[in-house]
Order: sequence, then structure tokens, then C-alpha cells
Amino acid sequence: MKLKSMIAGAMIAAVAGFSAYADGHEPTKVAFVYVGPKDDGGWSQQHHAMATEMAEHFGDAVEFSYLDAVPEAESERVFTQLALAGNDIIFGTSFGYMDPMLAAAARFPDVKFEHATGYKTSDNMSNYGARFYEGRAIMGHIAGRMTETNKIGYIASFPVPEVLRGMSSAYVHAKKANPDVEMTVVWLNTWFDPPKEADATQAMIDQGIDVVLAHTDSIAPLQTIQASGQRVFGFGQAADMIQFAPAPRLSSIIDNWAPYYIARVQAVKDGTWESAATWHGIEEEMVGIGAFSEALPEDVRAEAQALMESIVSGEYHPFTGPLNKQDGSAWLADGEVANVGDLLGMGFVVEGLDVEIPN
Amino acid sequence: MTDLAAINPTLLVFALIVASTPILLAALGELVVERSGVLNLGVEGMMIVGAICGFAAAYESQSPLLGFAAAALGGAALSLIFAFLTQFLLSNQVATGLALTLFGLGLAAMLGQNYSGEAVPATPRLNLGPISDIPFVGRVVFGHDWVVYFSLLMAALVWAFFKYTRPGLILRAVGENHDAAHALGYPVVAIRVAAIAFGGAMAGLGGAYISLVRVPTWTEGMTAGAGWIALAIVVFGAWRSGRVVLGAYLFGGVTILQLNLQAAGVAMSPELLSASPYLITIAVLVVISADRSRAALNAPAALGRTFHASS
Repeated sequence: MKLKSMIAGAMIAAVAGFSAYADGHEPTKVAFVYVGPKDDGGWSQQHHAMATEMAEHFGDAVEFSYLDAVPEAESERVFTQLALAGNDIIFGTSFGYMDPMLAAAARFPDVKFEHATGYKTSDNMSNYGARFYEGRAIMGHIAGRMTETNKIGYIASFPVPEVLRGMSSAYVHAKKANPDVEMTVVWLNTWFDPPKEADATQAMIDQGIDVVLAHTDSIAPLQTIQASGQRVFGFGQAADMIQFAPAPRLSSIIDNWAPYYIARVQAVKDGTWESAATWHGIEEEMVGIGAFSEALPEDVRAEAQALMESIVSGEYHPFTGPLNKQDGSAWLADGEVANVGDLLGMGFVVEGLDVEIPN
Repeated sequence: MTDLAAINPTLLVFALIVASTPILLAALGELVVERSGVLNLGVEGMMIVGAICGFAAAYESQSPLLGFAAAALGGAALSLIFAFLTQFLLSNQVATGLALTLFGLGLAAMLGQNYSGEAVPATPRLNLGPISDIPFVGRVVFGHDWVVYFSLLMAALVWAFFKYTRPGLILRAVGENHDAAHALGYPVVAIRVAAIAFGGAMAGLGGAYISLVRVPTWTEGMTAGAGWIALAIVVFGAWRSGRVVLGAYLFGGVTILQLNLQAAGVAMSPELLSASPYLITIAVLVVISADRSRAALNAPAALGRTFHASS
């Protein structure tokens, strides 16, 4: 009760603060901070495209600015500057911005903060993310069905929940589709380093891996697969990466943030913005699944389509028991579905996935 | 599920040469620059400008060779800004070099706006018919594109230039004591400008190797710190061409090896593996250079110092 009244108090104060200049003519100042360059071809470019779509939607009613290639270690200073510059709402689109943004949010209670892919919120900081593991399930299924060497690879960035969920979901569904499949994980310790992403992809191809799932931000993995000229497949990641279709790109996980960005900025304009945790999936269209390639056999395409439909209808959850954790301890009983809290803070992978998780 | 047998030595060595070449090219250029007594910290900026100039030219002309030529010109052109500021306006070399990197990154992003996601023709690999089919040697020794051979040739030329030629000796003299060189009548500033332009061209080629061969695509910020590695290798390689080759190949080699070890499922801490290229390269080069007490004397005495004829 006490907390609620405090929140209410803070909100009244915030609204009072706004009314001083929010006379309906002032444009709302919106700022975005990206971890990679805005032209990375993947994650950051997609955020930027969606933010631009938001800005076009509002036209003159919004003053949109962005900063790209902002390292996580420097982000608190950047958030502070943006808040001092009079921005009404600030979006930060990397997991590692979570604590820096939380710290900045505490110092600027009148500014709204939005953090992507984390799990912490405060009175004036929301977190939003997408259930990408739904998409990973479909990509994993396709990977399991398409591999001929029974070796698939996962290019991982950092051991954050988003990545551990992604590789677990891909593994579970690849294994279901093909019990003989083995998945290799390579950690790069970066979200964006095209040469390193290319080298990792090449190392996988050289070792006989013929389907590569990437959890980094650039198009380098698909580019490397294409340049290899071998029968190796991959997937679009964050953006559709349709330029690599029909092969090597078999499908893609598309981040569709624009509806969320428009809704949140509208809420600031209307004075109805509230701190919230949003986690949308394929059903809410925050996760888009790129067209299944013609390179896929008819039956694989049908299976992928069916899997997608069962996830959308809620009939099937990608993390349904029986599933154990990597160390063999029980996680989900037969038929049990993972709860949101477990998934958001996931610090482990599923049993059977042979990977060393960095600390 | 450790499966070291999955690592194919031929492919491993081939990949490590590809990964090392951009760093080697940039480091050789910086080696000559520093030997002339100039510290240009803008290698990263010149590399990324080379990467986009090379990519754009190769895309427009459909010729990788023209791409590399444009990359060398682009890198050299950017380095001449540095040369003008530091040699004629006598600005601080460290600050100017850092600014050059920031400027280069921004300029490349601007130039590259329309090239994201485009493709360029592949740089052909040497094909010597039957020789290229010899196991291991055929691929690793005779199976590369011309830039790899060019980078090794340049390493030999740089070595021979300093060891056997008079201009090489003069350049070193300028780097050791610019006042003495000036007193002897050598054009200190002109020699340094030439060295800086050479360094820029080599960094540009290194950048283009990333955008035309290693990744073949253009993305902002794609050199991802390779320029800084090149700078470090020059220092740890004690300003010697042979050690710079060793350092570059060691760094590229360990980078590729650790990725292959991870892919083969070796149960080692991924953090340690990720840090290993840096740790091993520094450790080896420091150990090599430590057994001679004069290693520190290898640093050009006038490195980073501003020269003005009146002083």
C-alpha cells in the first residue's frame, strides 16, 4: 500500500511537473540509445528503423534523436546527458544498459526510461522485450530437420538470460526434430564484431557444422556462409536479411518494435505512461517470423508453420516439461510450462546442451 | 563432446592467415610511421575509411583490385590530414591521432550509408592448377588471394628497406634524432609526411581486406578495434618487421584457434579463451624482446616529439 501511494505521489508530481510546459504544442522529446552502429544490418539497425517509423508516425509532434555505438560501460553518462538535454522519454536497447539506466532513472524521476531485454523496472523505468525464444524454437526445428551432418552451431554473444533462453529453445526443438543432432556453442563476448562473427562462422563450417544460428547483431554470419559456397544454412536475426534468401537464409526472427514505440510515446503525450514490464511474442506481433524459404522441403515448411501456429494459439509453449537443467536437476515436470519469472532471469541452459557458460 | 579431430589443420591455418592479414598490413604501415618518429594513433580510423573506400570502389567498378587501390588512396588521404596537422601546424600527435580515429569512423559511416547489405565480387584466389591440389601446402601456401602474398612481400621489403637501403637509414635517423637529421640537411618534414602517407595507405589496405575478403560486406564500425591491435603489435614487436609478422600471425592465429577449440567443444573457460589472443600475443612478444636489454632502445628516440626547424 505504501509503495503504491508513493508511486501515485511520484506520478502526481511528474504530471504537475509536465503541465508547466506541456501545453500541447511542445513536441515530445524522444531519444534512443543503441549499442551497435545504426547500420549494423541487424539488431541496432532494426531498432533504429522502428524508432524512425515511430518518429514518422508522430511527425512534428515528436522530436526524435538517437546515439549509436554506445558502449554499455559508458551508457550511464549518456543517459544522464540525454535526461539533462530535456528528453521526455529515453529508450536504451541493450541488455547491458539495465543497471546504468536504473541508476540514471533514479536521478531523473520526471523522465521516462524504457529498457529493452532486461528484467528490472522502477517507478520511471519500464522494461520491454520480446519472447524471441518462440522464434528460436521454430529456427531450431528447421535446423534439426535441415542438417545432414547432425551438427548445428550457435554463435552466442554474452551469457545473459536472453541468449541462454534462445540457445535452450533452439536446442530443445532441434533435438525434437532430429534426436541425433548435436549443438555447438561458440561465445564471442561481443554483440557486434563482424570479422569475429565471420571467423566463428567459418570455424563452424570448417568443422562440419551445416546450420548456424546466430545470436549476434550483424549479417557477417550469413555473408560468410554464402561466400563459403557450401551446403550450409543460417537464419535472419533481428532483421529479415531477405537478401540472403532463398539460401543460405531459411527463415528469420524479425524484431517488430514499432507498435510498442508508438504506444509508449503516445502514452507520454497523453500523460498515461506507467512503468511496466512488457514481454510480447509472435501472437502480439512483436516477434515476426520471416517467410520460410523455398529451399525448405514442403514437409519442413509445413511443420514449421504448424509449430508457429501452435505457439501463437497458446496450445504449445516452447518450454514445456519434462525438461531438466544442464546439471541434471529437475526444472519442469511432465506437461509443466515454464513461468515468466524463471524465463526472464534464466541463468542456466537445458539438459543435454553441451556448453560451458561463462560466469 | 570434445572432438579435436573435427579441427582440420589445413582449414585452420588457412583461416588464421586470412584473419591476420588486415592487422599485418596496418601494423607494417604504422611501423614505418613510428620509425620516422611519428606516433599516429589514427590507425583504426584509416582502416575503416579504407574499408568503405575499398568496398564502394569495388562495388561501383565490380573490380576488387580497383577497390584495394581506392582503399590505399582513401587511407593515405585521411592520413595526410594528420600529417598536415602534426607536421605543419605542430599539433599534439596523440590527440590528433585519436581525433583521426573518431573522424574516420564518422566519415566512413557517412560514406557507407548506401552500401549496407550490398555485395561485392570475390577477390580471386591464386590457382596454380595441380600445385593448388597438393594436400595442406596447396591450400595453405599456394591457395590465397594476392593480398596475402602482398602483405608478406611488404614485410620483407620493409625489413630490407631499413636494413640495406640509404633512404631506410635516413628515415630511421629522422626518427632517432630529427634535429641532427635536419642539421645534416635531410628534409625531416617531407620524410615524415611520406611515411605517414605510406602508413595510411597500408592501414587502408588492411581495412579493405576486412570489407572485401574477410567479411565481404560493409557495416559501420566493422573493423571493430583491429587498428588498436595493430598499434599494440608494433610496440610489442619492438618496431621490427619480423616480430610484427609474428605478432600479427600469433594474434590472428590464437583468435581462430580459440574459436575452433570452442566449436570443437573443448571444456575450457570461454572467458579465458576469448582473452587468449591478447594474453598470448603480448606474453610471447614481451618474452622475445626481454632477453635483450636493448629492447627498449629500439623505440625511435624522437617518437611522438614535435619537430620544428627553428627549435
